[in-house]
Amino acid sequence: MDKEFMKLFEIFIASALINNFVFTRFLGLCIFFGVTKKVETAVGMSITFTSVMMVSAALSWLVFNYIMVPLDLTFLKIVIFIGIIASFVQASDTIMRKISPGLYYKLGVYLALISTNCIILAVPLINAGDKYNFIEAITLGLGSGLGFALALIIMASIREKLELANVPRPFQGLPIAFVTTGLIALAFLGFSGIITQ
Amino acid sequence: MLRHRLNLKDGKIIRKIMEAGKENKLIVSVSPHIKSSESVDKIMWTVTATLLPTFVMGVYYFGPKAVIVTLLCIIGSLLSEYFVQKLAGKDISLKDGSAVLTGLLLGMNMPSTLPFYIPLLSSFVAVAITKQLFGGLGYNIFNPALMGRAFALITWPRAMTTWAEPIANFTGMDAKTTATPLGILKEQGLDKLLEVFGSKMHLYSELLLGHRAGSLGETSVIAILIGAAFLLLRGYITLRIPAAFLAAVAAGAWVFGGKQGIFTGDPLVHVLSGGLMLGAFYMATDYVTCPTTKKGQMLFGAGCGLLTILIRLKAGYPEGVMFSILIMNCFTPLIDRGFRTEVFGAKKKA
Repeated sequence: MDKEFMKLFEIFIASALINNFVFTRFLGLCIFFGVTKKVETAVGMSITFTSVMMVSAALSWLVFNYIMVPLDLTFLKIVIFIGIIASFVQASDTIMRKISPGLYYKLGVYLALISTNCIILAVPLINAGDKYNFIEAITLGLGSGLGFALALIIMASIREKLELANVPRPFQGLPIAFVTTGLIALAFLGFSGIITQ
Repeated sequence: MLRHRLNLKDGKIIRKIMEAGKENKLIVSVSPHIKSSESVDKIMWTVTATLLPTFVMGVYYFGPKAVIVTLLCIIGSLLSEYFVQKLAGKDISLKDGSAVLTGLLLGMNMPSTLPFYIPLLSSFVAVAITKQLFGGLGYNIFNPALMGRAFALITWPRAMTTWAEPIANFTGMDAKTTATPLGILKEQGLDKLLEVFGSKMHLYSELLLGHRAGSLGETSVIAILIGAAFLLLRGYITLRIPAAFLAAVAAGAWVFGGKQGIFTGDPLVHVLSGGLMLGAFYMATDYVTCPTTKKGQMLFGAGCGLLTILIRLKAGYPEGVMFSILIMNCFTPLIDRGFRTEVFGAKKKA
């Protein structure tokens, strides 16, 4: 039990900080730069993203282990995972619009962006590749989602501050955001080696 | 009728303002409207001056090479500042001392045994990319000197961790290389460290005087404290960040640093060694990159301390001061948002 819990903790910390998807693997950059102009949108995106990430990690795990492995279809995992995620996101989009229009109004915009996000696809692929069990797969989803949320919120707060900065004209907007991301990534290297697997 | 009178009055006011402007009595500026003889230039040059004891100790232990490395950093900083400002068509502000201070701090963070291009390129990263690209002094998100050093450490890991033995010679001969106290602590543990330094008291006194391997500025704790005391007395820095920083490191080292279980660590070794003193008093307190509110500053300091001890005890690097301050720099805008001061007279949101 204790050992299992330690492994879950390691997976969580590793995916949230040490192998943060944005700052060490540079995935999901389109959303990262797209929604980090304001902290409010970043927070909305973080909530939506983390929940979608956990559910899609769970769904893909079930399909992978109970359908694809027995049928020897693992070579199709990229196609199938994309299908699962896209249909899940579309379904939740429709259901949310019917059941809770208020929530849809707040978070619905982000759902459309998420369906083709690379982090959402990367997590099921890592789960399948590392042969995680069900709980570990969901933990990886949670850790990656919260790590992405952390990145989004930090970046949004910095970009709000940069709005007032006297950035040279060629670097205003997206370019300085890229430079900032590089520098944050450099700072986050300090976490490397905390968990050695 | 009313409008006519108002216009007449406005005209008079405008004329008065213009007259006052001619006599330089009227200064139009953004808030806060503080009248004082302090200026950015004065503060920068004072901070630079207070680093002199530390610099002298670095030169005493590491010889002429220390001077060369520091000079290269300062020259690189000044050149980068000049060229970027020239390219951007801004006023050249070499006189305000900020580039010299960044260069000096960067030099204090380097070992003495470097080839010439490392200080030059690092100071370019520090001044041109970390500071000027974000709009120059006052707009940078990260501490420039630390970012320059982080760049150097990642790019040339071996050169940046080759430490000369401190032998106080002025011949300029190549000294033996050795490990820093924190490096020994990380690789071989406290017992080995005590073996190298003799007794615990001897270890503390050597750390205080600075007779140890390390970056140029992380030698003598006493020299750094002399400079920092001056800054504190002048009110240029407050104790909030350094105190929270040191307290968090000491607490973390005491609780988690020991081999025999929790609450058996030795806080003094961690507090006195490495770049902690330089980082806590000179880097973390940088006006631009630390939070502006009192609570925010304490949170910032404590965060730096906890991250430092986490990296020192658990991560791949023996020293975590630089990374911890840079990581907390990322959070500074968020902390400022969280502890935003209430606008006087503003209505509270329901």
